[in-house]
Amino acid sequence: MLTISPSDYNAIRAHGEETYPHECCGVLLGTSEDGVNRVVAIERAGNTRTDRAHDRYNIAPEELIRIQRQARGRDLDIIGFYHSHPDHPAQWSQTDFAEAHWVGCSYVITSVPKGTATVTNSFLLTGTGEEDKKFIDEPVHIETAVAK
Amino acid sequence: MKIHIPTPLRVYTEKQATVSVEAGTIGDALAALTASHPDLKKHLYTEEGKLRSFVNVYLNDEDIRYLPQKESTPVKDGDALSIIPSIAGGSAAVIPEVKPEEMTLSNDEIQRYSRHLIMPEVGMDGQKKLKAARVLCIGAGGLGSPLALYLAAAGVGTLGLVDLDVVDSSNLQRQVIHSTRDIGRSKLDSAEEKLTGLNPYIKVVKYNTMLSSANALEIFKDFDIIVDGTDNFPTRYLVNDACVISGKPNVYGSIFRFEGQASVFATEDGPCYRCLYPEPPPPGLVPSCAEGGVLGILPGLVGVIQATEAIKLILGNGEPLIGRLLLVDALGMHFRELKLRKDADCPVCGTHPTVTKLIDYQQFCGIPAATDKPAEAKNLIPQMQPEELKRRIDAGEKPFILDVREPHEYQIANLGGHLIPLNSLQQRVNELDTSQEIVVHCKTGGRSQQAAEFLEKAGFKKVHNLAGGISAWSDKVDPRIPKY
Repeated sequence: MLTISPSDYNAIRAHGEETYPHECCGVLLGTSEDGVNRVVAIERAGNTRTDRAHDRYNIAPEELIRIQRQARGRDLDIIGFYHSHPDHPAQWSQTDFAEAHWVGCSYVITSVPKGTATVTNSFLLTGTGEEDKKFIDEPVHIETAVAK
Repeated sequence: MKIHIPTPLRVYTEKQATVSVEAGTIGDALAALTASHPDLKKHLYTEEGKLRSFVNVYLNDEDIRYLPQKESTPVKDGDALSIIPSIAGGSAAVIPEVKPEEMTLSNDEIQRYSRHLIMPEVGMDGQKKLKAARVLCIGAGGLGSPLALYLAAAGVGTLGLVDLDVVDSSNLQRQVIHSTRDIGRSKLDSAEEKLTGLNPYIKVVKYNTMLSSANALEIFKDFDIIVDGTDNFPTRYLVNDACVISGKPNVYGSIFRFEGQASVFATEDGPCYRCLYPEPPPPGLVPSCAEGGVLGILPGLVGVIQATEAIKLILGNGEPLIGRLLLVDALGMHFRELKLRKDADCPVCGTHPTVTKLIDYQQFCGIPAATDKPAEAKNLIPQMQPEELKRRIDAGEKPFILDVREPHEYQIANLGGHLIPLNSLQQRVNELDTSQEIVVHCKTGGRSQQAAEFLEKAGFKKVHNLAGGISAWSDKVDPRIPKY
């Protein structure tokens, strides 16, 4: 399960509307315990795929290192990522699956048809590595009292 | 030193986020890490012992792949290594490679392609090959227009287009995929609309970018055949080298004024563009179509030849232009053919290649890197900006303006300058006064630079080149001057 505060939930959806018709992307920081990925903060990231930002995203490793360093300072971990699908459903694509390497992390996808965020879904990457990895649907719990 | 472990790999480090190791180099540190946590190894390395392609390793803020000593780089206490698997994806599906036999044609498609299907050389099998084919067109301009239209009509299932330009009215004399109402619109969007309008059964994949050494291999990866419709040497060499490196045929075409060329390069046994032209011409020697002009129908002729070659390669039928350079002369309407040989010493496709990855093609072609600040001088010739010339004229100074274009260009638009075409300058140089300040101009600044360099060598000491030529004057000073 993914738990997230309403403000963070709305912020990742708003990010997708802002970057429409391009894909937005960012990192979910928080804690991971007993099968629950709890989002405590979100960090926006730049999409480096400027050649086809309407249907691809990539986060620069340099940016991840910076985000990870800040997270360590706050005792948080990278627990997932989010991105938007402009004019596409909130369902992982073959590209999303092929490029997903963070087992145990939540991959949150928001559908943004015609610039308005509609459905937001989360998919947990499970398995032990590249050979047996799998996306499973992950319930999203929007929690008003998130322990910070 | 410390090694930061990303969340997914912590199951192999007993949940530790950071592992400390004693090491002299990056390689030692990674070896020490996998020695103490052996399960990590198969997640970080391939069976051949190389770092997996999606695993990035950073020493502090530097990607180790770009450190001069790579894994042998020495490390000290206080350094940190970060292991960062890549984060990427996107709504677009990976362009799938589908076997032609797995393709099916609907009744509508069968009717659409009936003139193909009744020919045994195409037939159902050939049409399925076309549908399964993935062809990338570099450029959606003069050559790209006819070739993309015909490939779409023929039923090539996936058409990739790479272009960053917007449609300009001066394109419409030959770029027939765009319409007057598309002026100002992205060429990709305009082309996609026409192509899917012509054939809704195909998929158009748009790459809104300049093809570069950084993105070419990544983009080529998803295609079977590359068709080169570019208009400049750096991109032509880039397309060729990237085709050789990725093992994809390069269907080449080029045009200038009344003449065109076409060939198929970079097939397994055939020559490549570099076997024909190992070195680019010096910059400025071969004018571009923007400077020299091009007969509007010529890209139609050459682009359709390229489309024909692409379709023959897909069908595996006929004799493609491999090892043959077709020369088209539209004025005489002659088609000639030159035999080309694969050069065993070719730096890219020869037996001992020296170019094994993409290089800086601007530099290779002798084109200085673009800078934000306009150059003040080029080869000792001061470059005058149009605004500066305007200021001087307004201030009552009367610099002598020398126009080195052709008389028919002067008829289209002029700044009232003294006309001596570049080719006649040597014979007519005595018309000019060496003591006078001279501002030389042409259409965009290339020919006038050559003229100014000639004058400087001939003893003229106060020669300026008008940067950007009469086109820049129209853009920056006086839009009433038509651009051509």
